[in-house]
This record gives sequence, C-alpha cells and structure tokens, in this order.
Amino acid sequence: MKKINIKKTTRSDFITYIGVIIAFVVINTMLNGGMLTRSFSGMLVPICCFIVMAVSLNFTVGILGELSLGHAGFVSIGGFSGVIASQSLATVIESEPVRLLVALVIGALCAAFAGLLVGIPVLRLRGDYLAIVTLAFGEIIKELIKCLYVGIDKKGVRFIFNATGKLTAENLKLDETGEVIINGALGATRTDTISTFTAGFILIMITLIIVLNLTRSRSGRAIMALRDNRIAAESVGINVTKYKLMAFVTSAALAGAAGALYGLNFSGLDSSTFDINMSIEILLMVVFGGLGSIRGSIIAAAIIKLLPEMLRFLESYRMLIYAVILIIVMIATNNPTAKNLIEKIIPKRKKKGAEIDE
Amino acid sequence: MNRFAKSRDKLVPVPSDALIPQRDIDKSPILEARHLGIEFGGLKAVDDFNLTIGRTEIAGLIGPNGAGKTTVFNLLTKVYQPTKGTILIDGIDTHGMNTVQVSKIGVARTFQNIRLFNNLTVEENVKLGMHNQIKYGMVSGILRTPNYWKQERIAHERAMELLSIFDMESLANHKAGSLPYGAQRRLEIVRALGTNPGLLLLDEPAAGMNPSETVELMENIIKIRDTFKIAIMLIEHDMNLVMGICEGICVLNFGKVIAKGSPEDIQSNPVVIEAYLGKKKEG
Amino acid sequence: MEFFSHLISGISLGSVYAIIALGYTMVYGIAKMLNFAHGDVIMVGGYISLLAMTSLGLPTWAAILLAMVVCTILGVIIEGLAYKPLRSAPSLAVLITAIGVSYFLQNAALLVWGANPKAYTPIIKGSVPHLNISYTSLLTICVCIVIMIALTLFTNKSKMGKAMRACSEDKPAAQLMGINVNRTISLTFAIGSALAAIAGVLLCSFSPVLAPTTGSMPGIKAFTAAVFGGIGSIPGAFLGGIFIGIIESLAKAYISTQLANSVVFAVLIIVLLVRPAGLLGKYVPEKV
Repeated sequence: MKKINIKKTTRSDFITYIGVIIAFVVINTMLNGGMLTRSFSGMLVPICCFIVMAVSLNFTVGILGELSLGHAGFVSIGGFSGVIASQSLATVIESEPVRLLVALVIGALCAAFAGLLVGIPVLRLRGDYLAIVTLAFGEIIKELIKCLYVGIDKKGVRFIFNATGKLTAENLKLDETGEVIINGALGATRTDTISTFTAGFILIMITLIIVLNLTRSRSGRAIMALRDNRIAAESVGINVTKYKLMAFVTSAALAGAAGALYGLNFSGLDSSTFDINMSIEILLMVVFGGLGSIRGSIIAAAIIKLLPEMLRFLESYRMLIYAVILIIVMIATNNPTAKNLIEKIIPKRKKKGAEIDE
Repeated sequence: MNRFAKSRDKLVPVPSDALIPQRDIDKSPILEARHLGIEFGGLKAVDDFNLTIGRTEIAGLIGPNGAGKTTVFNLLTKVYQPTKGTILIDGIDTHGMNTVQVSKIGVARTFQNIRLFNNLTVEENVKLGMHNQIKYGMVSGILRTPNYWKQERIAHERAMELLSIFDMESLANHKAGSLPYGAQRRLEIVRALGTNPGLLLLDEPAAGMNPSETVELMENIIKIRDTFKIAIMLIEHDMNLVMGICEGICVLNFGKVIAKGSPEDIQSNPVVIEAYLGKKKEG
Repeated sequence: MEFFSHLISGISLGSVYAIIALGYTMVYGIAKMLNFAHGDVIMVGGYISLLAMTSLGLPTWAAILLAMVVCTILGVIIEGLAYKPLRSAPSLAVLITAIGVSYFLQNAALLVWGANPKAYTPIIKGSVPHLNISYTSLLTICVCIVIMIALTLFTNKSKMGKAMRACSEDKPAAQLMGINVNRTISLTFAIGSALAAIAGVLLCSFSPVLAPTTGSMPGIKAFTAAVFGGIGSIPGAFLGGIFIGIIESLAKAYISTQLANSVVFAVLIIVLLVRPAGLLGKYVPEKV
C-alpha cells in the first residue's frame, strides 16, 4: 500500500516537473531558431512571472484556503525592491545573472517581510473580510509606491517619501553622476532589463520544488488541515497562527521573486500595473486551473496570458468575448445541470487507483 | 508507549470522594474538574461540574438533549474558556491554556458532527493527529533532508499501526471525505489516538451505527483502553453501549450533575429516570 | 468654516457611497456573494441618464427614471443569467463570475460609448450663497436619507421586506415557510440596481466625467464602506458610507490628495482588526 501512495503523488509531481522542462526546452529551441514572433517572445518572461504568481497565490487560496485579493501588492513590493537592488548594485556586481539572482532574493525577502507584517494582524479575520483587507492592502501599496523617489549617486542610495505631493525627483539632490531609479508616480523609468527566459524557467522550477515539497510535508499537511477544518486542526494540536503565517509568508515571498523578475524585464515599471485588476487576473488563473492544483495554475496562467493574444483577430470585441468565456466556463464547471450535460457528452474517465483497489 | 507512565503521582492525590476504579486508586487521576462552569449571556450552560477520572477508566457522560454534555467536552478541550472552576489534566492546571496546548498535554477528542480533513487521505488525517510527534521543520520538508525521509517513514508505520486497530489500513489512500459514515467515525478516533493522548474524549461515537457495528465499537473501545492504557470519556445516547462498557457514569441535566455512579446505581436512580422519562404520575 | 465645507462634501460623497453600499450589502445579505459588477451597473446608470438627457432630450426626472428602469432590468438579467445557475456553487466561483460580469459591462460600455470620457452635466447647478457647498451635495444627502428611511421601512414592515430578511437568515427555512426564495433574490437585485442608477446620476453630478471604468473605484470604496459598517446590515452600510466619505474628504484636504485612498483603506483595516465583523455586524463564532 505504501509504495502505491508514494508513487501516486510523486508521479503527479514528476509529470509537472517534466512538463515544465519539456515546455522550456521546446520553446527555448524555437526561440534560438528564430521561430517565434516578436510579440510572443516578448511575452515569455511575463508568462513565467505570472505562472509563479499564480502558483504562489494558489498556495494561499487553494492550499491554505484563504481568499486574497491583494496578491499584486506583494508582486509590486518584490518588483520595486528588485529594481532598486539591481540598479543600485549595477556597478558592484557586474555579472547580470548574479545581479538578477540577488535582486530576486531581495524582492522575495521584502515581500515576505510585508507578508509577515500584514499577516500577523490580518489572518485573524475570516473569509470575505480577509479578502477585503488584502484588497485594501494592495491598493495602499500601490499609492505608497507612487509617492516614492529613489536615486543613486556616488554617496549611495537615497530615498524620499513624497506624502504631500509637493516633492519631485529634484529633491533627491543627486550629484552629476546620480541617476533616478524610481521617479514617483512615473515609477521606475530607466531599468536595465536583465531578466531572461532561462531565469524565468529556473524560478518556476524553484517555486514548484518549494510548493510541491511543502504540501507533501508535515507543515504543508498542517496548512491543508486548517483549510479543511480549523477546529479539528486545533484539536490535534496544530498552531493555527503559525501555519497560516507560514503559508501566507511563503506565498508572498514567491510573489515577490516573481515581481522582481517582472520588474527587471521592462525598462519602465509603473505601480498602477499592480492594481486590483492584476490581483484578480492572478486569482482567475488559480480558479481556472483548479483550487489546490499546481499543474492547473501553470497551464491556466499560460493560457490566460496568451488568450487575449489568440483572440486578437476579434479586434475590439476581444475583451468582451473573454468576459463571456469567463462566465460560461464558471457556469459550466459549477452548475449541476451543466455539469451533468457535459459528463453525458464527454464521459468522464474512470479514476484509477484509489477507488478501485478496495 | 504511554507518555504518562512516569507521572506526578505525588502532586495530586485522588480526592477521597471520587468514584474511580480500584485499579487506578493509587495513581493520580488523569482528569479532575472542580466546580467547572460556563455562562452564555446569563444562561448557565454548565454549572458546578465536578468529575474525577482514573488513568485507565472508561467513563460515560449522559443526559437528555441540550443538557450540556458537548459543552463539557468543549470546556475540557478549551474550545470555550470556563467562566468558573478549574480543570486539572494529569495534575496540570489548564487555566489560560488554549486548545492546542491542552492537546499537547494529552487531551484528544472526536466530534459529534464529524470533523475530518475531508480533502486529505486517511493516512494524512492520522499523520495530522501525530503532528506534534513528527519532528522536522519546514525547511527539511522543502529540501527533503534525510531526517524528513526518516520521520515520514516512522510516521507512516505508526499511522498504519493505529489504523490497524479498526482494520482500516487498506483505506489509507482514500480521501477521508469519501469514506462511509461509520468509517469516518472510526477514523476520527484513530486520528485522536495519533496525538498520543492520556484522555480520549469521544462525542457520540456510536451515532448512526447499526447494532452490530455498535457491538464492534464497544469491543474496540475496550481494546484501545487496554492497549494504550489511557482513560476514555464518552458521550453517548446508546444505553447498551454506555451501560456495557462504562465503569463510572455521570448524568447531566440542565447543565448540572444530577447523578454519578456505577451503571447499576445509575439505572436504578429515580432522579435519572425522571430526567429521561419525566415524572411518573402516581395512581 | 473650511473644515465645515470639507465635512459637508465628505458627508455628501459618503451619501453616494452609502447608496452604492446598500446595493452591496443587501445582495450580500441575501445571496452571500460579493457582487463585483455592482460598480459597473452604476456606470451604466450614468450613461443611460446622460444619453436620455442629451440625445433624447428628456427632462431630468424622466432621465433618472429611465436609468432606474434600465438598471433594474439589467440587474435582474445579470442575476438570472449569471448568478442564478450558481446558487449552490462555491462562493469563489460566484465571485469569479461576478468579476466576469464586471469585465463584460465595462467592455460592452467601451464598445457602445467609446473609451473617451464624456462630460456630464450635473442635474442641478450652483451652490449655497456664501458657503462653498453645492446644491448637488445637499440633494445627495437628502436623497440618501430618504432612501435609507424607505428601505428600513420596507425591510421591517412590508411582506416582501420580511421575506428578504427571512431569506438572508435561513434560506431553506424560508422556503419551507412558502417564501419564493428565487423571486426574493431577484427582487433584491432589482432594488440594488435601481439604487445603483440613482447613485450613478449623483456620482456623475459630483465629478462630471463619465468613462467605462467610472464605476469600479467608487464601487470598491462603497464595498469597503459596506464591510466597514458590517456587511449584510442596512444601517451599517449607511453608517459605513458616510464614514468613508468623511474620511476620504478630510484626508484629501488635510493629509494628501495622493494618499487619500490609502488613508481610507488603512482605517478600514484598523476597524476590522478591532471589530472583525465591522461596526454593526454580528460576529458569529463557529459552533462546535
């Protein structure tokens, strides 16, 4: 019995890893062979970022079972701290891959810290209240970053916070060698784009190892136990706050790393990008892919990012059709009558293993 | 096997008026509740509840619906904080403790309305019961260190051993939520045993079971007590079960203890009969 | 005096939020769903009233009435097509569907009315002499109070109102008592959407620009207001709306225009930490 159990989950994880590796190898070969259109190859890094964001949000929503509408806030923190780190270390660390790695780690740490700060008070709330507070958090982050000016010159990195709206980049008082990294509401404007598709692939693999291994471990079990039945989890001695925070912070850290990769992929980065709509887009990926299904999140993230491109022939009707598809899919997968109808047309494959080996 | 093998016998002597089995009389009791009470907005849900349970005793808590039986369990497991009185578990005052802490000092329970981790497998449910005995952290889990493999192997073997009490090893990979009702009730007991308790609280373990299943359950409860040398307290409406296996019975009505004693005493107690059947009209 | 005028403009902005929040809170109370598309119904209300006044040349009262009728129908259609099939679905699925509806309305508006913001003529012009208070502000406050009183009377006294309260408390029990639950939910959506139309007109009279995304931010803030006051509670939505409006107006005047929304959201977070179910919401612990 034991062998079957280990094989089943390991096999599933194995398929996920292999799938990601194959996809990377194929796309990378096509990329090097010049077989991809420019718009498609330009989307590769963002898609990698969104895959990591979706998988990390799935950890909060699917595995921990708490609805978060502020995931973009963590992505934003990771993105801007990654950009600041990379730009200010440009002269110190010459090697771009190393600098990218450092930026990703710093992005992840900053987002994790924010996750801890928000998580401690907020995780006491339940359900929709938690959702609304995370939404509020995301909006606050967006506005705070708009007030931020960061620059670097010979003497080091300087920050000013423009709470009153009266300051400008001039107030950084940089000397002639100085460079503005983040220019208030304009965001980051002159970032070195050091993100690569390979880096995106590696980040996805690391994310998968963390998330999949964690869910198969003692801590991950405890997190899923909280989702399934908090009261029972407490009764067997599981510390609710500890494991909620663990899940929330891990999720935030991964989102931060994804944000850093995203931020370093564009020369300009505006904090309005990371608004409620982005949080919702990531949530869509999670729900489409299936709550708790990591492989599903990966596929859904790729499809949702590519779908508007694929629907480009519809021109201005594109987003309208997208919305209709969204509604129809939700009804088809959740309405009992629709579900039965679909199962009649496409007979469900019999589940192997668990149900049969009675 | 039992964490209470070496205990603090000297600290808490058995109260002289406590009714506990003779074999436990020279050991300190596993549970002692003194003047326990809780009020919900002026309503005394449980009032002046006193009970002592011996180390290997099987005790019953009975009473009509709404008498406050589950509330007593919720007080003992600190789902509610008592507004009055003290609870000593193995001689430790649980004042100010929460559910998690009480679980760590050896109180485990099942629930009247089954509370399993439905989307997890049977084995995972049992391993969650053993959560605090599996010793490795988050990082070991992510990196899959040798300690992770070792601890998971031990946990797996122990989980299978516990499942074998109810012959449930073959269900290990099934989702807990997909099990039939009776199996779910049994799984809850196994999960509770996973916490390595000194006191196991069973809330209506036989609810929804047919007579032959109930008989089997009775045998298993005794088997659990004998194997693990622990005390078991159960709430149950099935009088055959209660009178068949409980050594001491406590009867609650309107939050108050109306009788305590052996099954024979309880069966012949006029106050108990009145509480259950209403007052007999003479003539 | 300056403070006073900021306060009044806060209260009137809050009145608009309160009217929107009533729609959120009633729907949440009965259908237990976050109707993300509510903000976009407001936008539709704004456009319809604008078109009625400019293209059709209808008088103001008729334009508002038309907007209410259209929004009511729209609300009932949305509920019937998108939400009714998901009555027993997990709340997350309903939330995503609501987001889909919101996308749909915004993009439909984009196609029909274009992306360029349209100028909106306030329904009444001018301001109180010597005071920096516009008539629109005063009208908004009055409308809000009237709606509040009417709704309270409706839910407490009328048969349909009682049915609504029964449904939000316990749907199966309400059904057993012979209440048509589906019809009651549709009615709730209808009332919420009619209120959204009024809110649309008032909102556009405040900040006289109208674009397909006009509804979303006020929608989110009104939703915040509903949560602030305790979601599901009608007086809570009123109180929450007014509070959020005042905080926003004062924050804009005395703290920073850029950070006004942050201040509003920060206050929301603090309130929820102290009172996890909002100002007037009841916190129901899970029964063991």
